[in-house]
Amino acid sequence: MRKKWLAILACVAMVAALFAGCGGSGGSSDKGGDDADSIKVGFIFLHDENSTYDLNFINAAKEAGKQLGIPEENVILKTNVPEGQECYDTAADLADSGCSIIFADSFGHEDYMIQAAKDFPEVQFCHSTGTKAHTEGLDNYHNAFASIYEGRFLAGVAAGMKLNEMIKNGDIKEDEAKIGYVGAYTYAEVVSGYTSFFLGARHECPSATMEVTFTGSWYDETAEKEAAQKLIDDKCALISQHADSMGAPTACENAGVPDVSYNGSTKSVGPNTYIISSRIDWTPYFVYAIECVQKGDPIDVDWTGTIATESVLLTELNEDVAAEGTQEEMDKVKAALEDGSLHVFDTAAFTVDGKTLDSYQADVDSDADYTPDTEVISDGYFHESEYRSAPYFDLRIDGITLMDEAY
Amino acid sequence: MNKKTKTPFFHIVKRGEIPLWQSIAIHIGALVLALVVCSILTTLITGLNPIKVYATMFEGNFGTERKTWVMLHALAILLGISLALTPGYKMRFWNIGGEGQVLIGCMASGAVMHNHPEIPNALLLILMLVAAMAAGAIWGMIPAFFKAKWNTNETLFTLMMNYVAIQITAYFTIRWEVPKGSGKIGVINQNTMAGWLPKIADQQYLLTIIVVAALTIFMYFYLKYSKQGYEIAVVGESERTARYVGIKVEHVFVRTMAISGALCGLIGYLLVAGSAHTITTTLSGGRGFTGVMVAWMAKFNPILMILTSFLIAFMGNGAQEIASRFYLNHSFSDILTGIIIFFLIGCEFFVSYKLEHNKHREEA
Repeated sequence: MRKKWLAILACVAMVAALFAGCGGSGGSSDKGGDDADSIKVGFIFLHDENSTYDLNFINAAKEAGKQLGIPEENVILKTNVPEGQECYDTAADLADSGCSIIFADSFGHEDYMIQAAKDFPEVQFCHSTGTKAHTEGLDNYHNAFASIYEGRFLAGVAAGMKLNEMIKNGDIKEDEAKIGYVGAYTYAEVVSGYTSFFLGARHECPSATMEVTFTGSWYDETAEKEAAQKLIDDKCALISQHADSMGAPTACENAGVPDVSYNGSTKSVGPNTYIISSRIDWTPYFVYAIECVQKGDPIDVDWTGTIATESVLLTELNEDVAAEGTQEEMDKVKAALEDGSLHVFDTAAFTVDGKTLDSYQADVDSDADYTPDTEVISDGYFHESEYRSAPYFDLRIDGITLMDEAY
Repeated sequence: MNKKTKTPFFHIVKRGEIPLWQSIAIHIGALVLALVVCSILTTLITGLNPIKVYATMFEGNFGTERKTWVMLHALAILLGISLALTPGYKMRFWNIGGEGQVLIGCMASGAVMHNHPEIPNALLLILMLVAAMAAGAIWGMIPAFFKAKWNTNETLFTLMMNYVAIQITAYFTIRWEVPKGSGKIGVINQNTMAGWLPKIADQQYLLTIIVVAALTIFMYFYLKYSKQGYEIAVVGESERTARYVGIKVEHVFVRTMAISGALCGLIGYLLVAGSAHTITTTLSGGRGFTGVMVAWMAKFNPILMILTSFLIAFMGNGAQEIASRFYLNHSFSDILTGIIIFFLIGCEFFVSYKLEHNKHREEA
């Protein structure tokens, strides 16, 4: 008995020593100057390079570091950071280790980045895809996004051209030009994405319709594959997706159904079905924000990349699958978008419940009640990504059928 | 020679109770072996210097003050769950529903926090605590009640209760999502901080650590010196004996699982009010299962559990640091943790049994 107590005491003493030991090893935060060599940059990613979404960010982070000549060891990448307290801990840890600017890539990181921004006022926090910076009023917290709806529209043009080709070849009838779309959530970003994609397709193929289904996850390879298969079984002639795994492209390749991808080329899994992909290149934003810190300039509270900033890109048109003349048509449409003669969300191009809209209040300032707060239709089109970088187009337009809205 | 030469080189002998120091020595030996295997693997795959890998592992836990706090917090949460699960296992009630009991505690406290931010903070925190512990207790009691009444299989029952808890949480995550369609609740009451546990000495995690420390001491005395603790031990040894000496076994099942579930709920409360301030389906993050292992490895001794949960927390953070520092895939840290856990569980064999040299016995 006595021996046991002694052992337990020894145990407690060990743990106590452990606790005491940690207290001493305080954080050594050597905040260096902000010139090119000594600036430290931190990145927080939700997943790793297996996710097309995160890979796109990781590549941009490395490229930005290279362009600015920052030594590799000063570009700190943290992958697989969940959207919870871990995000705060990671951000704080990056700040401790001397980063003067920290980026995060996932929507769910936002609240924890805001928390970190409050606790580390001398460090800049940049959150991609977030919605709160313009209402939060913090000097060191910023959002960024890109007018990806323009890229989606152009990808839609490629899809519409393909549908036209299939109709011309007699593969499908004109009224069978149905597109299937695998979305993650019924979130405005997804709604804006599939709607602009659809409008691009209909710009070329007026008889196009679309079915959308949601997986309830941003990354779920099985669910995305099954969702794509469900749409293919439902006689969709072409598939596109807004979810981050190779699930949908793989299902398309197996079934031989053409696929328009997102976040980057998926030609590796779909050499015979992949047409094109739209993506955001985050490099221009990363370079811009890091340069601001180096020069001591303020960073935009809410930055929107465009085709002009080379933030919105189309990747690798697969000539083997795409219809003839796709590139020329896309170039033409792109020029029209850039000179303002064509607007993606032109109110003449779509109807809601059979009616053309001339006014719409969107929920631009996020709140728990989704209060509509900003008039976004003027001059005959819906002004997307102008009042806030993150998309807020959440209208359900005619011609698109939602199979389920559980998520 | 005769047939005896065919006997194997070693044979296995069951040990009796072994001294604590010996058990600790075996565990430390296993850990050292695990680290050696991990370093060999890391070096083979990545070509890195193993000493550097260990140093990185250590830095991942003690490199900065913050990392130490994060590690201690992970330790406290894991220890708390293990402690909560202990009474059930001591009476041989196979409760693998810790995950769900913690999650439903998170859900209940989060629901109060989300729906009633207007209540004064002190009262709100108490209401959240009561809700979390009540929800956890109910989650624990349901399988126990069915077991007591109809002798249902508690392993399956508690396992399925996990999925019920996960689905309920998933449902409310979608219902309360902000902004619409995002599938995320986000931090609740971020600006008012209503329902957030206060920082002590400017340390967010200190209160959680103190609560779990107190729970450790409570559990030690409860199991060792209370009448209920004794009843639990008797039921665990033999249900029939327990019945014979007049213990109401059914009653002990339900009561113990209510306590166990309530304590899981308490940990859920600490997670929501103390750190995450949100509700997601992954809040307990598998720790309801890992806790079972921690409790078993410590032979249900609450004080030893501090060590076993420290081991797991240390390894988890260390492996994560290695993966991130050397740009390795996340799965790599899972592999390392897997190897370490394999050795730690494997060494239990050497705690219960010993290998004896056959020749040695012949001589004797």
